[in-house]
Amino acid sequence: MKTAKIIVVGGGLAGLMATIRVAELGVPVELFSIVPVKRSHSVCAQGGINAAKNTKGEGDSTARHLDDTVYGGDFLANQAPVKRMCDAAPGIIDLLDRMGVMFNRTPEGNLDYRRFGGTLYHRTAFAGATTGQQILYALDEQVRRFEAEGRVTKYEGWTFLSAVLDDAGVCRGICAMDLKTMEVRSFPADAAIICTGGNGAIFGRSTNSVVCTGSAQSALFQQGVHYANGEFIQVHPTAIPGEDKLRLMSESARGEGGRVWVPRKPGDSRAPLTIPVPERFYFLEEWYPKYGNLVPRDVATRAIHKIVFEERLGVDGEAAVYLDLTHIPREVLNRKLEGILEIYEKFVGIDPRDHPMKVFPGMHYTMGGIWIDNDHAATNVPGIYAAGECEYQYHGANRLGANSLVSCIWGGMVAGPASVKYAKGLDNGWESVPAGIYDRERTRQEAIHDALVRQEGSENPITIWKEMGASMTEHVTVVRYNKNLHQADAKLQELLERYTRINLSDRTKWSNQTLSFARELYNMLVLARVITLGAAARDESRGAHYKPDFPERDDKHWLKTTRAIWEQGAIRFEYDAVDTSLVPPRARRYDMTK
Amino acid sequence: MAEKKTVIVRVKRQASPEAAAGWEEYELPWRPSMNVIICLRDIAEHPVTRDSKQTTPVSYDANCLEEVCGACAMIVNGRPRQACSALVDTLQQPIRIEPLTKFPLVRDLTVDRDSMFRNLKRMKAWVPIDGTYDLGEGPRMSADQQEKAYPLSRCITCGNCLEVCPQVNQHSQFVGAAIISQVRLFNMHPTGAMHARERLDAVMGAGGVADCANARNCVEVCPKDIPLTESIADVNRQALKQAVLGWLFG
Repeated sequence: MKTAKIIVVGGGLAGLMATIRVAELGVPVELFSIVPVKRSHSVCAQGGINAAKNTKGEGDSTARHLDDTVYGGDFLANQAPVKRMCDAAPGIIDLLDRMGVMFNRTPEGNLDYRRFGGTLYHRTAFAGATTGQQILYALDEQVRRFEAEGRVTKYEGWTFLSAVLDDAGVCRGICAMDLKTMEVRSFPADAAIICTGGNGAIFGRSTNSVVCTGSAQSALFQQGVHYANGEFIQVHPTAIPGEDKLRLMSESARGEGGRVWVPRKPGDSRAPLTIPVPERFYFLEEWYPKYGNLVPRDVATRAIHKIVFEERLGVDGEAAVYLDLTHIPREVLNRKLEGILEIYEKFVGIDPRDHPMKVFPGMHYTMGGIWIDNDHAATNVPGIYAAGECEYQYHGANRLGANSLVSCIWGGMVAGPASVKYAKGLDNGWESVPAGIYDRERTRQEAIHDALVRQEGSENPITIWKEMGASMTEHVTVVRYNKNLHQADAKLQELLERYTRINLSDRTKWSNQTLSFARELYNMLVLARVITLGAAARDESRGAHYKPDFPERDDKHWLKTTRAIWEQGAIRFEYDAVDTSLVPPRARRYDMTK
Repeated sequence: MAEKKTVIVRVKRQASPEAAAGWEEYELPWRPSMNVIICLRDIAEHPVTRDSKQTTPVSYDANCLEEVCGACAMIVNGRPRQACSALVDTLQQPIRIEPLTKFPLVRDLTVDRDSMFRNLKRMKAWVPIDGTYDLGEGPRMSADQQEKAYPLSRCITCGNCLEVCPQVNQHSQFVGAAIISQVRLFNMHPTGAMHARERLDAVMGAGGVADCANARNCVEVCPKDIPLTESIADVNRQALKQAVLGWLFG
């Protein structure tokens, strides 16, 4: 008898929800994660999760949520999947509430909702300022329950290396490496759901966690999985700069009334709170009277860049603006934002309840990702599915705040059942696949490791990574010029060449983190080229993709999904029409009601 | 020319569980707002000791770097804490970095904390739901109740509270404060409370709440300021009540 089996790669919100859905359907799941799933990057999400529950009598609806999301994404998202997500969102909140997520409450004991960027409605449910952590834990607990019942097997501390493809190009499982023993092993399954999150590490420093390298996405791309809209990278307007990471200061700070400003006088050295209000420039409120501090992230980020680099009004002459909460009562701040205030206090050493915070934009999210179809979260390779930040489906050219958690969970809800249906419909399941198919992929991966360990050279993987990050941040984030993009690609090619001479400085076969990092680094360099070349090709400005030489959105030529395809070591682009069947494209403006 | 400011770091190295442990010292260029993670990355980029010996990068766990994932717990200058929030300028030098000692060592600063997740399983630390189907809203909850439960749900499973607990040792199975606090959290939730009995049975078993000897070290090192001793006292009361009722009517 044929028994279906599904592999899920990644244990953040998307991966955990996919796991739950598959297990609920009675199909065994093997869940792979680099870190214990409870430490996944979803834990860093702060502000909240969107659902049009309309609990404040504002007339909100899922149709308005759809409109805000599509408009916020500058019409690049396929609209039918976005509609299904927005329609499902209120039910997702109910489900999370039943799982025990400690959402903030109103005096009546209902869930409370707050405002977020790119909308005029109170649509964001929240658990203090650690909403992602709370939701991740709830899903982690449900998966632990399935694990206790023997319906889920976890492989924590394993890293994904590649898909196992048979001679017909169908996915029959995955190849992974145990990060402790360094053992490489093939795992058979009927389908693999990829839920491996973002790719912040490509930019060196970002708001992302260490594991967010995009390595799995890139490895799959190099095996023939298409990658869509890679050039759309979200730079969050408010992060605390740091050498190891850019720590996010949630949009919820502005949702709760936080105001962004700089002194009107360049280089004004007075303590911020001694500067009289008329001498402060609340530039977002002045430039965007309708949305004010809650314009979408791409708009706020470009405004801060303009203030700092064109108007030369950065605080203390530095690349920084004030994010000010000091006018909000302490009790409110502690109840609704404690998690992020604590981060500022611990890492900067200043209490943001008493002093305006100094923030600057930082790479935060990738709207682009693995290409999936509109209905089943299926990639172009049979048996490979994708959900969460690693895919491209829901956010178009710019993601609205608090839409990521809902898209991750919804993505898992789609991919889980779709993969089960596919597995059950297969004539020949994994049990009938010849062992040679699995041995072949394992041998290929082991050969890559052996070559890396033996390699003699003078290049250090961390140095190459830092150089990649610096170049990508400088040329491929907020403001993009074709000349610089081509320069960035030339740099990536130089780094790929130097990569052939890296020296691991650790040749052991036990918990060798240098080896696994070197594997990831190669994949990062390839994916960085997809991002950079995609940006160079797209001669327009749309959402987070901004080219001063092509300042307007150009629907005639560029209302298209970018689809990157790997062909014998070269990157080729194709372009697909976007589904705009529900909300006709219109100009995107935030200085007035849309 | 003024001498460049440097940071002196000593790391306890151990290549594998069977290998001998030993200390290595490094001298790193100082930069503003440096933390212990940056020190470890510097060593990986230039794996050379202070006395110019070639060495290997240090093995360690880290992920979010903002003290919310729990991964990078280690002992810094004698105190268990998260390496990401251990800022160099607040630490006495040489900065001494060691692995947690109450968990099996993997390599260098990497330890295996899987036992904590296994114990969460034993304690049935979840809200049992009927399924992910659309069954309407969750139970009403007062803002007060939420504000009491929320701090408990911020536990990052770092293991620092186990590290400092004298009752957690080779001769005991004590699950530790973090796990007991989760029992309290789930017994607080309206749906979770329907299954409080099962959790209390588990926490009254071997290595359970009775093993706490009230040293109160746990609450001192918790990076999230979770009221761990209150949780233990509360779960103790619940367990006692269940035991007495069981004895009277069992």
